Amino acid sequence: MSERVNAMIDGNEATARVAYQLSEVIAIYPITPSSAMGEWADEWASLNQPNLWGTVPQVIEMQSEGGAAGAVHGALQAGALSTTFTASQGLLLMIPNMYKIAGELTPVVIHVAARAIAAQGLSIYGDHADVMATRQTGWAMLSSTSVQEAHDFALIAHSATLRARIPFIHFFDGFRTSHEVNKIELLDNDDLRALIDEALIREHRQRALSPDHPVMRGTAQNPDVYFQARETVNPLYDAVPEIVQGVMDAFAARTGRAYKLYEYHGAPDAERVIVMMGSGCDAAHETVDYLMARGEKIGLLKVRLFRPFAAQLFVDALPSSVKSIAVLDRTKEPGSAGEPLYQDVVTALMEAWNGAAMPRVVGGRYGLSSKEFTPAMVKAVYDNLAAAKPKNHFTVGIIDDLGMTSLDVDNSFSVESDDTVRAIFYGLGSDGTVSANKNSIKIIGDDTPNFAQGYFFYDSKKSGTMTVSYLRFGPRPIRSNYAVNRANFIACHQDIFLEKYDLLNEAVDGAVFLLNTSQPADAAWDFLPRAMQQTMIDRNMSFYVIDADKVAKAAGMGGRINTVMQVCFFAISGVLPRQEAIDAIKHSIEKTFGKKGPEIVQKNLEAIDMTLDNMIHVPLPAAVSSVREFAPPVTSNAPAFVKNVEGAMLARRGDLLPVSALPNDGTYPTGTSQYEKRNLADQIPVWDPEICIQCGKCAMVCPHAVIRIKAYDAEQLNGAPETFKAVDARDTEFAGMKYTIQVAPEDCTGCGICVDVCPAKNKSAVALKAINMRPQPPLRDTERANWDFFTALPETDRTRIKVSSIRQQQMQQPLFEFPGACAGCGETPYLKMISQLFGDRTIIANATGCSSIYGGNLPTTPWAKNKEGRGPAWANSLFEDNAEFGLGIRVAVDKQADYARELLANLSSQIGELATAILEAKQSDEAELHEQRERVAQLKTILEGMDSDEASRLLSLADYLVRKSVWIVGGDGWAYDIGYGGLDHVLASGRNVKILVMDTEVYSNTGGQASKATPLAAVAKFAAGGKRTGKKDLGMMAMLYGHVYVARVALGAKDEQTLRAFLEAEAYDGPALIIAYSHCIAHGINMGTALKNQKAAVDSGQWLLYRYNPTRAEEGENPLSLDSKAPKLPLKEYLRMENRFKMLELSQPDTARRLFELAQDDVGERYAMYEYLANRAFRKAGDDKSGNGSH
Amino acid sequence: MVDLRTTYLGKTLKSPLVASASPLWERLDNIKRAEDAGAGAVVLFSLFEEQIRRERELLHYFLTHSADSHPEATTYAPEPTQYHAAPDQYLELIRKAKETTEIPIIASLNGATLGGWTTFAYKMQQAGADAIELNIYSIPTDPTVSGEEIERQTVDIVRAVKSIVTIPVAVKLSPYYSNMAHFAQKLDRAEVNALVLFNRFYQPDIDLETLDVTPNVILSTPQALRLPLTWIGILYGRVRAELAATSGVHTHEDALKLLLAGANVVQLTSALLKNGIDYLKTLEADMTRWLEEKEYDSVSQMRGSVSQVNASDPSAFERAQYMRALNSYQPNI
Repeated sequence: MSERVNAMIDGNEATARVAYQLSEVIAIYPITPSSAMGEWADEWASLNQPNLWGTVPQVIEMQSEGGAAGAVHGALQAGALSTTFTASQGLLLMIPNMYKIAGELTPVVIHVAARAIAAQGLSIYGDHADVMATRQTGWAMLSSTSVQEAHDFALIAHSATLRARIPFIHFFDGFRTSHEVNKIELLDNDDLRALIDEALIREHRQRALSPDHPVMRGTAQNPDVYFQARETVNPLYDAVPEIVQGVMDAFAARTGRAYKLYEYHGAPDAERVIVMMGSGCDAAHETVDYLMARGEKIGLLKVRLFRPFAAQLFVDALPSSVKSIAVLDRTKEPGSAGEPLYQDVVTALMEAWNGAAMPRVVGGRYGLSSKEFTPAMVKAVYDNLAAAKPKNHFTVGIIDDLGMTSLDVDNSFSVESDDTVRAIFYGLGSDGTVSANKNSIKIIGDDTPNFAQGYFFYDSKKSGTMTVSYLRFGPRPIRSNYAVNRANFIACHQDIFLEKYDLLNEAVDGAVFLLNTSQPADAAWDFLPRAMQQTMIDRNMSFYVIDADKVAKAAGMGGRINTVMQVCFFAISGVLPRQEAIDAIKHSIEKTFGKKGPEIVQKNLEAIDMTLDNMIHVPLPAAVSSVREFAPPVTSNAPAFVKNVEGAMLARRGDLLPVSALPNDGTYPTGTSQYEKRNLADQIPVWDPEICIQCGKCAMVCPHAVIRIKAYDAEQLNGAPETFKAVDARDTEFAGMKYTIQVAPEDCTGCGICVDVCPAKNKSAVALKAINMRPQPPLRDTERANWDFFTALPETDRTRIKVSSIRQQQMQQPLFEFPGACAGCGETPYLKMISQLFGDRTIIANATGCSSIYGGNLPTTPWAKNKEGRGPAWANSLFEDNAEFGLGIRVAVDKQADYARELLANLSSQIGELATAILEAKQSDEAELHEQRERVAQLKTILEGMDSDEASRLLSLADYLVRKSVWIVGGDGWAYDIGYGGLDHVLASGRNVKILVMDTEVYSNTGGQASKATPLAAVAKFAAGGKRTGKKDLGMMAMLYGHVYVARVALGAKDEQTLRAFLEAEAYDGPALIIAYSHCIAHGINMGTALKNQKAAVDSGQWLLYRYNPTRAEEGENPLSLDSKAPKLPLKEYLRMENRFKMLELSQPDTARRLFELAQDDVGERYAMYEYLANRAFRKAGDDKSGNGSH
Repeated sequence: MVDLRTTYLGKTLKSPLVASASPLWERLDNIKRAEDAGAGAVVLFSLFEEQIRRERELLHYFLTHSADSHPEATTYAPEPTQYHAAPDQYLELIRKAKETTEIPIIASLNGATLGGWTTFAYKMQQAGADAIELNIYSIPTDPTVSGEEIERQTVDIVRAVKSIVTIPVAVKLSPYYSNMAHFAQKLDRAEVNALVLFNRFYQPDIDLETLDVTPNVILSTPQALRLPLTWIGILYGRVRAELAATSGVHTHEDALKLLLAGANVVQLTSALLKNGIDYLKTLEADMTRWLEEKEYDSVSQMRGSVSQVNASDPSAFERAQYMRALNSYQPNI
């Protein structure tokens, strides 16, 4: 046996390494938090890395998890060794196939990073709701608790499934084990070979479908035999526990790591025992050790094999002394007699207990959606068991003041040992904090005898995100798989956090606080808020400061302060002797960045050398002297719910919110992002009214709706702040009125795309435009006052705005504002446009993805209301069903509108002319809609005075008499892949739904995996070697129906065409599909100048602009208007603007050359085809039977 | 038969006509065509300091700037496992060019500041380059930087490159030095092997429509010949370094004049871009015919014969002639 090798890796990688080696066909599809397993597999395959048998597995991306399961099923039937990786909704989509695969006794393993299921809200975080939803499918279920176990159990599962012929789910906790970096001992190929029986593989192949020895599977069975056939498998299931234990024992013999199916840890004479599975076992394990050492008779039974549940083995694993048992489930099954593990334990005890008095069993829920599970909570569970009447069906880790289920937890209880160093780092997504910490923990794990652990937390916004890194290291293996809550080192990498957050809550006595700030060292102390000063004095802390930004800039590293802060950490923490630490960091930098060139390495090395001279120890004064207090999380005008509930979440106190504070049906108010002032931007745009030509483009492109335009009467300026800017409105429609463009200074993300798009240049200095970036801090107060004054001005009268021109349309109030999208986002301007044009009468069905995250992730959300209280109503159903969900909404709206009209017609004799006016209203423009709203208001007043069932029914439906718009929105992953079947059906239905596909050409939200919208030659995850097939022409496919309005738009190339498409689509009485080019951070571009990329995409012919309007066909005209001119820019010039294409040139120049040429050919052919279709003579069908009309 | 051979950068070239750095040589088949058309050597297109620095940095930036920011997307692109950044592709081109041609291949490095990029010269040597042409190309916009400082930086770069390679190093310069002869001597002391006179200076244009300042390459005209002719004539015999002429060589007459002034080789770009690579054949034939007509035995015989040191009127290269030239000019209006 070769020497054992250690590695610092996370659970996803630990699992994927084994699964890849043991598979031939790997079907993948991205879903958080399991995506990384598929990404690893794809990357290894693209590098031709062979599996255990020396052949490179086929890795194939599917269109959904349902598809992946189908492909796996097929691969298995054809005799291959197969696997897939998934989580959450993805696993649910696999269920139908899982029954089949199990029913056919097929050996396979699905590796699951277990995650919550969307219920009252979506959650990407970890619990067992997904795996528990498959416990009835006939799959064996093996649970690992740690990164090491994920690695080991992956092998045990692959080995056992071959022996048992029962398929296995191997699961571990998402966003704990999946993402925790820990030091593990790696298995080598000899280990794998020893555990995998080749003869069993041959048997598996022998059972495969083959015309050389044909059989059939998937018969339809009738009442006479189905039942019996179902019972044939029992002996195989009965054999599973012994098989798995046998594999575990063989594994232990090789590796020394021994596992039991039901593994007891604790006092041999324990009276109180916790039964649980998953990562929480480790926190319980260390708590048991701690309490046992203090004489407590307690124990922990870890369940490894959950299915098949071996009742006797389980009971045998319990100490006979046990008097009470708490079964902890990391899932909730409302309405059940108890959660699944609890129910199994109760059943097992009933069936197999043969000791004296049957122990009392209680069940409890913990850790849903990655809720922390700490030793303090474990202790609370043991304390509960010690009570005379232990609480049953309890919860732990939350405060349930509604159902009173929660256990009291003493959070001061800790079991962390003194020899473990515990550090917390607060950083920004863009500053490299997490990368540096991943690197640090690798250095500690690899270069020292220490055990080490890293875990990283990110907030849900996509711009200006706070990241928190938790690092532990020490001489013993680290089981503390919960956030560091007793830190002896805390680093704040961005001093803006000090405005809002108390970062020292977790500091222990004598802890070190390291602050990156541009404040001089002698001013740093008073830069701290009072509360933090007090904590530092009370806890006798040490204080270090560094201006890391200055050092990083001097070393040419821009805003990446990671290396600088990393050196500070090593220097202060003393984990390694200083020079040794610095050498280790340098070595690691050379290793990580060496292939990227000596310049990058050199800059990092320079930063390292400069750091220590710039780090300053600040002596602690004896008393608090600061005048700074924490800013409130939301503005003072926020409604109570926003202040008390969403405000608490923003202040990082959401864990403390009691059950009663939260809505029980997932319903939240809209328009709440306005109360959260994030102050992310170093620089904000400043309007120069003298230069401005009032084109409205800056407001149009602003991804966060922080640039607003109003035209208003001059007298409104009374009382305006001194610096408030206003000029005469230029458009004749607003002659005599004043015009202002105002920026929301505290909501801007500073992307600068507004400046890039501004066409007006200063005549004396062309670098200056009508809008220019200026430092935010000196402007914050004055511009806040200006913003407040501006928002109080009346909105520009919608009925006067010419909506067909951008310059006026942009005066419409956005009802989508301040989303958590990336700075410079290419999607949000389209959504904002919908909200401006139709928002006050729109319902939005939003597919899961980026837009559902920046559009609907708590705490605060961007869909907003106007002063009348109207605005988009928004919901997210799922990823795969969004089109159908939206169609359901449309049908319901139409039905209720129809019924309202029927009722109104019935009541018309009593209502009079008003009824006729309402029923005959066209509602085709804002003025007519306004009139209809007034009529309906009048009708409601009349109905309130009437006393009949019909009147009261009509009253509840009267609002539907105003035309509603239903928008189905989402990304290309949804529309081209997972939701395409539904989308197609909805288009075919002919219903009046409006579909917006924000096409970023990858799965943006899960990190840039290829979709069928990904263009030829683009490098993406799951297409690491460059996409070899062209982009699916979704627009053409939809056009073929003839009755679908289809437009392809790119705001950055032709904004008026985009606006026209939105107006035409909404006006069309039928299904409409708009495919909108959406630049994305995943393209590897400068987001501040991304509209240039859009323009280049159109100019090169890569992205064609067109509108296909069936209404024109009705009028005998060719329905297709090609809005793109013939390609004038060589495609290569566009491709080279984007890293996604350039990467292929860098990694595979020959392939790139070939694919770029093919892509250029495609451009020519595509343009020729569309040009032909747009220019051909068109006659309305039936007008001329010999004509070539297509309608 | 006239002997066209010349020596340059430690090699004997079959012809003094050298294909100078241009995008033409990004393609291997063009290099081969240049050899077939009679080029004495090929100077590959310039690899810029910025390419070495920036291209990798940009890639690194785009791969990392959004990484580890969001729980669902810790990265947005697969990390490439191999990099053939422009510099790597350049090395590959040197290798392939060496494999497929017999003529010397001179690699060209273009930069302005001292830095790690100069170490790339070593990789060029390893890849098989016969020599390196350093195109030192500074556009000083900082008024606090003196001419002396700029000269010092240039010499430092030359020394840095010379210290790590054993193959010859030529330096391509701009004509804008206070005293070219003095500076040439400084470079001579730094043991530069050849001076390439002169590079085409980047002079941007203004787009009247967009009001953008736009890069705009204008091909050289025959008039550009005079500047190198002047300085090669002056420097011939005064510096140990060999002399290469570039800029403005469009006809065989141009080439002959530069050789007479003292150039070891004559480099061509614009003429080839305009007339095609095979134009080298025409130039060589025309040059040979002239040499034969004038009964020269070889290029080396005539080289430098009309330099300042050898010219019948050495003052023709000096200020006195300037006045004479102006006085002799008869306006037509």
